[in-house]
Amino acid sequence: MSVKKIPMRDGYGKALLELIAANPKVIALDADVAKSTRSGWVKDKFPDNFIDMGIAEQDLAGTAAGLALGGMLPFTSTYAVFMAGRAWDEIRTTICYNNLNVKIAGAHAGISVGPDGATHQALEDVAIMRVLPNMTVVCPCDAEETRKATLAFAKIDGPCYVRFGREAVPVVTDETTPFELGKARLCREGSDVAIIACGAMVYESLEAAKVLADENISAEVIDLHTVKPIDVDAVVAAAKKCGCVVTAEEHQIFGGMGSAVAECLAKNFPAPQEFIAIQDTFGESGQPQELMDAYGLNQSSIVAAAKKVIARK
Amino acid sequence: MEVNLKEMCRTVREDILTMIHAAGSGHPGGSLSSVEIMVALYFGDVMKVDAKNPDWNDRDRFILSKGHVAPVLYSVLARKGFFPVEELGTLRKFGSILQGHPHKAHTPGLECSAGSLGQGLSVANGIALAFKKLGTGQRVYCLMGDGELQEGQIWEAAMFAPQQKLDNVCAIVDYNHVQLDGTVEEIKSLDNLPARWNDFGWNVIEVDGHDVNALVHAFKLAALTKDRPSVLIAHTVKGKGVSFMEGDCNWHGNCPNAEQLAQALAEVRGATS
Repeated sequence: MSVKKIPMRDGYGKALLELIAANPKVIALDADVAKSTRSGWVKDKFPDNFIDMGIAEQDLAGTAAGLALGGMLPFTSTYAVFMAGRAWDEIRTTICYNNLNVKIAGAHAGISVGPDGATHQALEDVAIMRVLPNMTVVCPCDAEETRKATLAFAKIDGPCYVRFGREAVPVVTDETTPFELGKARLCREGSDVAIIACGAMVYESLEAAKVLADENISAEVIDLHTVKPIDVDAVVAAAKKCGCVVTAEEHQIFGGMGSAVAECLAKNFPAPQEFIAIQDTFGESGQPQELMDAYGLNQSSIVAAAKKVIARK
Repeated sequence: MEVNLKEMCRTVREDILTMIHAAGSGHPGGSLSSVEIMVALYFGDVMKVDAKNPDWNDRDRFILSKGHVAPVLYSVLARKGFFPVEELGTLRKFGSILQGHPHKAHTPGLECSAGSLGQGLSVANGIALAFKKLGTGQRVYCLMGDGELQEGQIWEAAMFAPQQKLDNVCAIVDYNHVQLDGTVEEIKSLDNLPARWNDFGWNVIEVDGHDVNALVHAFKLAALTKDRPSVLIAHTVKGKGVSFMEGDCNWHGNCPNAEQLAQALAEVRGATS
């Protein structure tokens, strides 16, 4: 059975077009990768609402801050590794400290960017965006959720970061699937283990839950798209119900969504947790699926982690 | 209200020295070199602002890029009436509206935080671009230090403004030749600075940065320039007005003690120009 796959960035591009059609103050900025991030769709359709900043991520972030101060609603995008990394100080000191209404998209995030290798594989961006006061951080699971997150950003005041990968990934949600910033989405009910995932790992977690079901293990799957502010109620409820947790993300083990869940549980309801993530190492070149398998970011790793964490209860 | 610009410069210098002394720390050198620039902007009929309505939508904007010279900006904002002059005595203290480096949320009349160098020109460009997109006529001013021009982002922004024909941007370089560790020339020189800006596509105006009337004139010249941004290269002296601070990098971020303050104030008050 073939699964329908769409790149999440398509959802970002679609949302930008919808937003600009409704509000001419929305402006998209990119740093010479507009074709990749899909902000180039704005360039084609609404050229007056698009600025290519050139290869200058710091200037991109600073100019976006100025546009927000001047009354526009800027959406910036480039590769996540440069967006979050190269421009971090500008995002911290100019955008977040002033609580400016700048929306930031990190594209080509995760190890699945593949052959470009470790320099281009953003595996730290969630951690370094999450620590910033005033920042909202979202890791959507598919193109439609990316679209909804981008649209939702326009409805709240303040800085927001969304990260998504390069590859076409399985479609998990559709137009009718509810989405609310800060509210985790229950994808599958279960009682033995709670798998809390974000990004493309949501699909892998749902597949893992099917495998576990065949072995009479009941896995709950939660799409924790909003890493910050974290949905404390949903995370705690899942841990209470299942008694143990597996987190799954395409990001470094330290500081990402798994860490956010661990912080939440440590404070509210300590529970055994296993972390599916990159294990404190840089990536390398390879085909996307080859890398996801090599670095343990797939359903079989989640199945193994689920069994391990259940044994720790 | 007609303001005697030279008298105001004297008052602002006194404020800077007094408030840094009271705070116990701060950056007098670059604050003192920027005094005439700031007085020209706020009191020389250059910038349109309304102290009674700091968020007035049609105001011009001033972006301080070299955030460590907050004292000169705070003094000018207070003297302009954005907040009581008495607040200057709270600089850098817990709960003060006057943070060690500027923060928008704390201080009336302040447009943006600053402190991490090299970022202000990008912000100014963004505001100016928004004004162009929205069809409003305001101007945006941005004060940078010369040492700050060693930050790469400045030159990213310097490429952007001419590309977008942002003639509503007026940058100012406080060219005082001294940074924290020594002189700009011995650390990373800015030889041919006007030519560098000119080559990037800017309308370059060189001006005596301690001649407040010349500065007012230069700002008006900049406002008449169309289709490209302007930059004022303001030739200044670090620590201007206090003999023992002038040109000395040790006064970049040093606090005068009571005796030094008394001498400094006497010199500033006795200055004839």
